[in-house]
Amino acid sequence: MTAAWRARLRNVLALALLVPLAALALALARRARLPRAEFVYSNGSEVTTLDPATVSGQAEGRVAMALFEGLTVKHPQTLAPLPGVAERWEVAPDGLTTTFHLRADARWSNGERLTAEDFLFSWRRLLEPETAAPFAYQLWCVRGAEAFGRSTPEEREARWRAVGLAAPDARTLVVELARPTAYFLALTSFHPLFPVHRRSLEEAQRRFPGRWQSEWVRPGHLVSNGPFKLVERRVNDRLRLVRNPEYWDVASVALRSLDILALEHIGTGLNLYLAGEVDWIDRVPAALVPQLRRRADFQAAPYLASYFYRVNVTRPPLDDVRVRRALALAVDRPTLCAAILQKGEPPSWSLTPPGLAGYPRPEMRHAPQGADEAAHAAALAADRAEARALLAAAGYGPARPFPPLEILFNTSETHRDVAEVLAADWSAALGIEVKLLNQEWKSFLDSQTNLRYDLSRSSWIGDYPDPNTFLEAFTSRSENNRTGWSSTRYDALVAAAAREVDAERRLALLAEAEALLLEELPILPLFGYVSQNLVHPRLGGFHPNVLDEHPPKFWHWQERAR
Amino acid sequence: MTLFLLRRAGWFLVTLWLVVSVSFVLMRAVRGGPFSSERALHPAVEQSLRARYHLDWPLWKQYLQYVGPLDWSAEGHALVGGDGTRPFGGLLALDLGPSFKYRDFTVGEILAQSLPVSAALGALALVWALALGLPCGILAAVRRGTRLDLALRLGATLGIALPNFVVAGLLVLVFVFGLGWLPPAGWGDLQHFLLPSFVLGLPFAAYVARLTRAGLLEVLNQDYVRTARAKGLPPRLVLVRHALRAALLPVVTYLGPATAGILTGSLVVEKIFAIPGVGTHFVNSALNRDYPLAMGVTLVYTVLVYALNTLVDAAATLLDPRIRLEEAG
Amino acid sequence: MSARGSASPARQAWRRFRSSRGALASLLFLAASGLAALLAPLLPLASPRVLALAGEARAPRLELGGPHWAHRVSIRLRLNEPPRSGELLARAERALAASARELTAATPRILRHGPRAAPSELELALLYRPELDPARGADLEARFATLLASQSGPDGLHVPGGGTLALALAGVTAQDGYGPLGALDRALIALRHRLFGFFQLGPWLGTDAKGRDLFARCVFGSRVSLSVALAAALVSVVVGVGYGALAGYFGGRLDAVMMRLVDVLYSIPFLFVVIFVITLLGEYRTELARLGIGRMTAFFVVLGLSTWLTMARVVRAQVLALRQAEFVRAARVLGASHGFVLRVHVLPHLLGIVAVYLTLTLPAVMLYESFLSFLGLGVEPPQVSWGILASDALDALNPLSVAWWLVLGPALFLGATLLALNVLGDGLRDALDPRLGRNG
Repeated sequence: MTAAWRARLRNVLALALLVPLAALALALARRARLPRAEFVYSNGSEVTTLDPATVSGQAEGRVAMALFEGLTVKHPQTLAPLPGVAERWEVAPDGLTTTFHLRADARWSNGERLTAEDFLFSWRRLLEPETAAPFAYQLWCVRGAEAFGRSTPEEREARWRAVGLAAPDARTLVVELARPTAYFLALTSFHPLFPVHRRSLEEAQRRFPGRWQSEWVRPGHLVSNGPFKLVERRVNDRLRLVRNPEYWDVASVALRSLDILALEHIGTGLNLYLAGEVDWIDRVPAALVPQLRRRADFQAAPYLASYFYRVNVTRPPLDDVRVRRALALAVDRPTLCAAILQKGEPPSWSLTPPGLAGYPRPEMRHAPQGADEAAHAAALAADRAEARALLAAAGYGPARPFPPLEILFNTSETHRDVAEVLAADWSAALGIEVKLLNQEWKSFLDSQTNLRYDLSRSSWIGDYPDPNTFLEAFTSRSENNRTGWSSTRYDALVAAAAREVDAERRLALLAEAEALLLEELPILPLFGYVSQNLVHPRLGGFHPNVLDEHPPKFWHWQERAR
Repeated sequence: MTLFLLRRAGWFLVTLWLVVSVSFVLMRAVRGGPFSSERALHPAVEQSLRARYHLDWPLWKQYLQYVGPLDWSAEGHALVGGDGTRPFGGLLALDLGPSFKYRDFTVGEILAQSLPVSAALGALALVWALALGLPCGILAAVRRGTRLDLALRLGATLGIALPNFVVAGLLVLVFVFGLGWLPPAGWGDLQHFLLPSFVLGLPFAAYVARLTRAGLLEVLNQDYVRTARAKGLPPRLVLVRHALRAALLPVVTYLGPATAGILTGSLVVEKIFAIPGVGTHFVNSALNRDYPLAMGVTLVYTVLVYALNTLVDAAATLLDPRIRLEEAG
Repeated sequence: MSARGSASPARQAWRRFRSSRGALASLLFLAASGLAALLAPLLPLASPRVLALAGEARAPRLELGGPHWAHRVSIRLRLNEPPRSGELLARAERALAASARELTAATPRILRHGPRAAPSELELALLYRPELDPARGADLEARFATLLASQSGPDGLHVPGGGTLALALAGVTAQDGYGPLGALDRALIALRHRLFGFFQLGPWLGTDAKGRDLFARCVFGSRVSLSVALAAALVSVVVGVGYGALAGYFGGRLDAVMMRLVDVLYSIPFLFVVIFVITLLGEYRTELARLGIGRMTAFFVVLGLSTWLTMARVVRAQVLALRQAEFVRAARVLGASHGFVLRVHVLPHLLGIVAVYLTLTLPAVMLYESFLSFLGLGVEPPQVSWGILASDALDALNPLSVAWWLVLGPALFLGATLLALNVLGDGLRDALDPRLGRNG
């Protein structure tokens, strides 16, 4: 390079750096431009997959509800089963056989007719072990399904013939249950039971043997039967859906396009909502709840979920039930809920949340209702006195001080706040030193599963409105137990309830099981959940309900605010 | 020059291999797997999933399959030669594998979608850094000792002092809700770019200003500059023609680590402004134990840092022939 | 060997440094901050961790303060009737104080609550001691009640010197404001109690949503942030200088291999290493605790490791240059060992550049700590650091209600410290070698 060239290069270097950079940036930005959809909402973090059979999260369930439809659809307010793909159904008097009549105009998004064979295929796929569906066990209420789900490849065909599913013709599906299951009809609108398109699945398997799971759900390839269909997808950004013209009830679907955003930071979601860029968010920053509660567009409704602390009953001193009871009694739940959580979470003395119809929910304690502070203070004082007495009875006192405990929780402001309050309560009331340990999510789960904790924050969301979804998690064999607690009597009660035909007797058995759980306390009940939705005031067809499920098919813009 | 580049390329491959191996082992050494969740999976289900992603293979086999000689789809897991359709799989075939967390995507697809976004964001951030930093630095140097100099230096230091997420929050309040000029988050149009790239570029602008000022001051004191001025050349000409090019050397040297810093710093900005870039994957892939994506992101980072450092070293020679292209630190 | 001329290079450097007012001021400021952080429990601040759940954050108020310090054991007495005279009340208070001293071996302060003229409640406040905490099993309430009963009659307490005062024991409460403390901190708290009683400064920087005083949190946060920075600096210096000096001094193949390793480590995104180390340390925390290594120590080490690479590179370059210097070669010729040469000739000359780089890495470490706290991987509550405060500040910046003070507090402290560090760095660089600016 000659000196002259070098000199010229140097002179221009500063500008030379800026211009191509700016041009590059602008060019890339232009390519990404996408106008806003008619309705935009935030779904939390990016969904794992669009395949409805293999997912288990609320975010994935919401997307599945927009893209697919099951035999029934939940009413947006009452959650009662409405006709979906099935236009009517009959339940036999013995409660075991249900016959679904599918509608004639049920179609896939590519125009093909949807038949009962599609349901047979999809439910078989759900049950097959190779699919690795986390909710496969939900369908084990069907006769022979559990055996099929546990079968080896050699036994597979034989076991399938023993399963109680049949499609006598293209428009009829007959389901035989192993035992009467009260919530079976509710299950048919649950995403694992949604139908998937056989032909596109098999074609993807043929053409892309190594990666068909990701190929068949691509925009443009995905064939679905719900009110919306997929047109575009960007990881960590959004899913763009448009109204599905082949949907049988397309006349009732008011929205033309739908954007489902993946937003991780809660504060950002709020900012977008307040700026009008997003029409619905389901999570708000905890610190702002007192102000948001006063707004008309803030909907807080009881949610079928519980927040509790798991206790590692294999570790002393927590192996003593008196200690566990003392810990449960010493917590000031009303203050926790009112001052920390502030969304109207109900203090809870049970594992199951309130709102389960017909269920005689047992409670550890009958706490005073209402806002009478003096009554609450008196009750708390009495509880704490009992707690201290229990600790003394367990042998702890000035001579033998109580060892320090550790609360394990995963990274989140709310969990940290709750843990701090509980630590303060236990320190003030019982003189126990409590340390807090914060682990990131995967390490946290690992510690919990391998019983490397003292007390661990936990929550459980019900899949359907029935106490069984909460109670079966604490049977001895359940991998959701994670407390080291097992009780043969509890297992027997839950199993007996599963076999029980009479609905009332069944709920009584479950109540008895829960009462036993609340005596042994492998968990410390704390409070129930409240769903928190900030929804555009002009959105109709959106109602708060206990499952926080909002089928998008009913949404429409109204003239005036609710 | 060619020898230099060749040697660099050689070391690059060695570094890459070392990074892959160390990260591979590091990630699998931490507890917690990609498929654990609050609602625990039935053991059979989890086993099925692990088998699908070959997590039940011994570690050395997984390593070979990831790096290449062992082919993914060959059930016979034959060594070098794969299943006969192609000689290698894995990294050697530039296949980064499927993502464990985002199961509808391969790592390559995720990177293909998010890298241009981050590149645009980073490029614009660099533009801000240079467009703000250079003039401020030059001004401060030329007006050395005045109150303007002091104010600019103070501003530069404050630009570094505040954590960038706090600055982001402040700017959102002012420009989005106060003035209403810009959207609060998202990605899709030029206006979505402005705030995040500014927040990202601000600390680097501050550093660039300081470096420029320091470099320029030093050069302005040199004899040849003073001679030029004494000769009666107009000051601006002196500045541009003589002083600037020498003063820019430290800035150019800084661009290497600056870009690496922009990549990691973009994480916070992407979270707050909901930008689907690569930075988010940095942390999330590690937290989700999404091994292939984490490896892919690491590789991208390594390649970028290495390429940039090489570029910077090469550019440095062009700017100042006194610097020779040897392996001097 | 330093030349004995007009002044040693060190003294010349010091003189240059002193002449820069900014650098001097920063040094003093940082020394003062360090001192304040060390002596934080001595200052009449609120407790940084006691929750006062009132719902919303409170704005700053420039009031002087009052006897609101929460770190106390309180014996509360309810006055059933207003005292007949102030003098009677004073005598009663002295008697009660004497009783309390008898039981607890500490002199309480007496606080009156209620209207000034006719207080409705008396509080005997003692410095918090775990032995007196009823929650930990202390029976102070019962004992005081007995003592009170023995000194009272049907009309109330018999006040020495005549008269009765109708009062009843309302209860004994205790509040621990600081958690487990080291010996130095306990001594400082005791000293603070002697100097200021239960006085606590007003909410000059406001409170956060949980009622915690922000000023106190900023000062106590400085303890963590500054110690993190210093520990990281220490690790960075020890590892970086050692590594770089070795590589640069011995040169040749050893140098090439060591620098290759540095290049590789540079290329690994440090965040992965952080996550890995933090989770690893979390799993082995019981074993490490037995060795006396807590999570904080481990955190310090991890952060220190994030910065040693640059230090190593810079030191190596410097040592490479020094190796060629006359005096080093002379020393070797004269038969000095490698160790001697390194210790006496090379290391002192590194002081300058190491000092300059320290002032550059400390801010980076502090910001990295705040970044990790934002991600939830940093310091754990109830410990407080500037990073956690900055994270809270972000949450406070929302369009509904801007708790601007939650941003101002950490911004002031963090900004001032980083500014001082930067100015100090500039001053050091100018003082040690005006031409050193090249490498900045």
